[in-house]
Amino acid sequence: MKKRLFSLMLALLLLVCALPVPVSAAQETITVFNWGQYISDGTDDSLDVLAAFTEATGIKVNYLTFDSNESMYTKLKTGGATYDVIIPSDYMIGKLIAEDMLEPLDFSNIPNYQYIDDAFRGQAYDPEDRYSVPYTWGTVGLIYNTNYVSDADAESWACLWNAKYAGKILMFNNPRDAFAIGESMLGYSFNTEDRSELKDTADLLSLQKDLLQAYVMDQIFGMMERGEAWVAPYYAGDYLTMAEENPDLAFSYPVEGFNIFIDAMCIPKGCQNKAGAEAFINFLCDPEICAANLEYLGYSAPESAAKEYLDEELAASPVAYPDDETLARSASFNSLSLDTTQYMDDLWLSVKTSGANTTLYLILTIAAVLLVGLFFLISNIRKKRKKAQRCRKWKTA
Amino acid sequence: MKNKLLACPYIVWMVLFTIIPLGIVFYYAFTDSGTGAFTLANMASMGSYLPIFLRSIWLSLFSALICLLIGYPVAYFIAQCKPSTQRLLELLIMLPMCMSFLLRTLAWVSMLEDTGIINTFLRHLGLAPLPLIRTNGAVILGMVYNYLPYMILPLYSVIMKIDNRLLEAARDLGCTPVNTFTKVILPLSAPGILSGLTMVFVPAVSTFYISQKLGSTGTTLIGDVIESQFKTAYNPNLGAAMSLVLMILIFICVSIMNRFGESEEETEVIAKV
Repeated sequence: MKKRLFSLMLALLLLVCALPVPVSAAQETITVFNWGQYISDGTDDSLDVLAAFTEATGIKVNYLTFDSNESMYTKLKTGGATYDVIIPSDYMIGKLIAEDMLEPLDFSNIPNYQYIDDAFRGQAYDPEDRYSVPYTWGTVGLIYNTNYVSDADAESWACLWNAKYAGKILMFNNPRDAFAIGESMLGYSFNTEDRSELKDTADLLSLQKDLLQAYVMDQIFGMMERGEAWVAPYYAGDYLTMAEENPDLAFSYPVEGFNIFIDAMCIPKGCQNKAGAEAFINFLCDPEICAANLEYLGYSAPESAAKEYLDEELAASPVAYPDDETLARSASFNSLSLDTTQYMDDLWLSVKTSGANTTLYLILTIAAVLLVGLFFLISNIRKKRKKAQRCRKWKTA
Repeated sequence: MKNKLLACPYIVWMVLFTIIPLGIVFYYAFTDSGTGAFTLANMASMGSYLPIFLRSIWLSLFSALICLLIGYPVAYFIAQCKPSTQRLLELLIMLPMCMSFLLRTLAWVSMLEDTGIINTFLRHLGLAPLPLIRTNGAVILGMVYNYLPYMILPLYSVIMKIDNRLLEAARDLGCTPVNTFTKVILPLSAPGILSGLTMVFVPAVSTFYISQKLGSTGTTLIGDVIESQFKTAYNPNLGAAMSLVLMILIFICVSIMNRFGESEEETEVIAKV
């Protein structure tokens, strides 16, 4: 009887586990894992890229998002889910290639790769162009609200350490982008592996902590648009999106230097539908689709052919396409060694957890422990006394 | 025999989803993230997170006490009502729990923000805006708001069961209302107070969303740090070690609370003798 119940339970459990996988052989699907707010989704009269893809190929897209390269990496590493297309940034692609987590692409399925400019081929993260196809490129700069922050202050990253704007400053919530800002302030390379330089950068970042409103990623859109925060470092393309909502926002490329990045499409190991994934990559490389997509995103196109379809204003925007003089201040990220990445993660955690008022909490805790101890001691003594009293009463009775 | 059988489903459930995962947490806490070899390094690094552990415990203890102060009179009031009103009021207490916890916290953000509803209103009245959000107070408010029902419901069910004849007897024997409360009602509702405190304290101490939304960069709680270890930093070993330490700290706190309950019960028994 017991056994039967047990097996029944187990069978039920298995059934429950098996339920949410309704594999429909009829419709082909792919799973795309991309940054949040990073594809034209049909709002504001834009092109719904995913729907257009399904219409063109009949392949259904299961679309999921992440908010930083690091959280994407963690999701891939922890497993449990499989993705067919991922769109990480340069240094992360280098790391994924080094850890053998990407599938080489079959470029015969991606004829539209011909449109990708030479400048975006053979990059350091994927020198032989075997694993990735550029999606967009962009830069990091300072977004600020002109009602509160002066243009002069916003010329330098030091603005993010300016006590005048305390409580109104946002900061990147990922170690690589945050460290890059500190490194450019200190004149170090973005790709330094020198521990003392990294430590200096972390110290500089901890100085900033009390002035910050929050460490954010995608939440930045609302906070800057509403004027809840006044100044924040973020990606140039996203500034263009925010500026549409709040015209008081301005953008600057700080004098100390800034990061230039390429986000590229890759296929991770364990993908379920490689042909479908390649069809998706090919579709996004189509100049017309690329232009419609970037029109919405505000990021920059890695293919000149797409520029012809772009809105003139965007194609001429100094934010999306900075001039060569400005670009001379930019530098890209290389993937760092595993050791350095680990060290940076540790430093980043210590930055985010530093500066707590330890003594106050310690004193409070010690006081509480003493009080509790005293309470039990007194109640014990009382109990004993009462017991003794009762014994005496009982004896005399 | 039959009784054992009844427990079967839950035992299977618990082994699968509590005991085995706990074992995995243990395993991770004492192994190295790279090599998987046994190490005490994760545990040894706990010292640097001491202030964050303490802050989490203090803020949630404080919230639990505020919940008690707010919840007790409410529970007492509900217990005094007509049964039909009681059911309605109970439903109202549970009503906010029907909405997502994340949504409720986000709603608080848009109320408390510098550009939020309250401050916009104040500005229209010509008053200076208040620094409401990103303080310890805002975090405690979020905790109290979200966990208050967990305090009221156990209190209510205990107070409701107090025998009215005991109160009459106390009055007949010359107790003032204050005395009746302190000598009869309060000791009899002690189990409700304890389970309420535990049910607020335990989820509050490990929460990770409230402090991110309502707190500042200086009110990071241990739940936030644990979340970041699993979500972005890819260091489940350190995260597991933190969870383990947190679990032990919770056990200590809850057992101290229970000791208070025991000593109260004992004095009560002694008083009766």
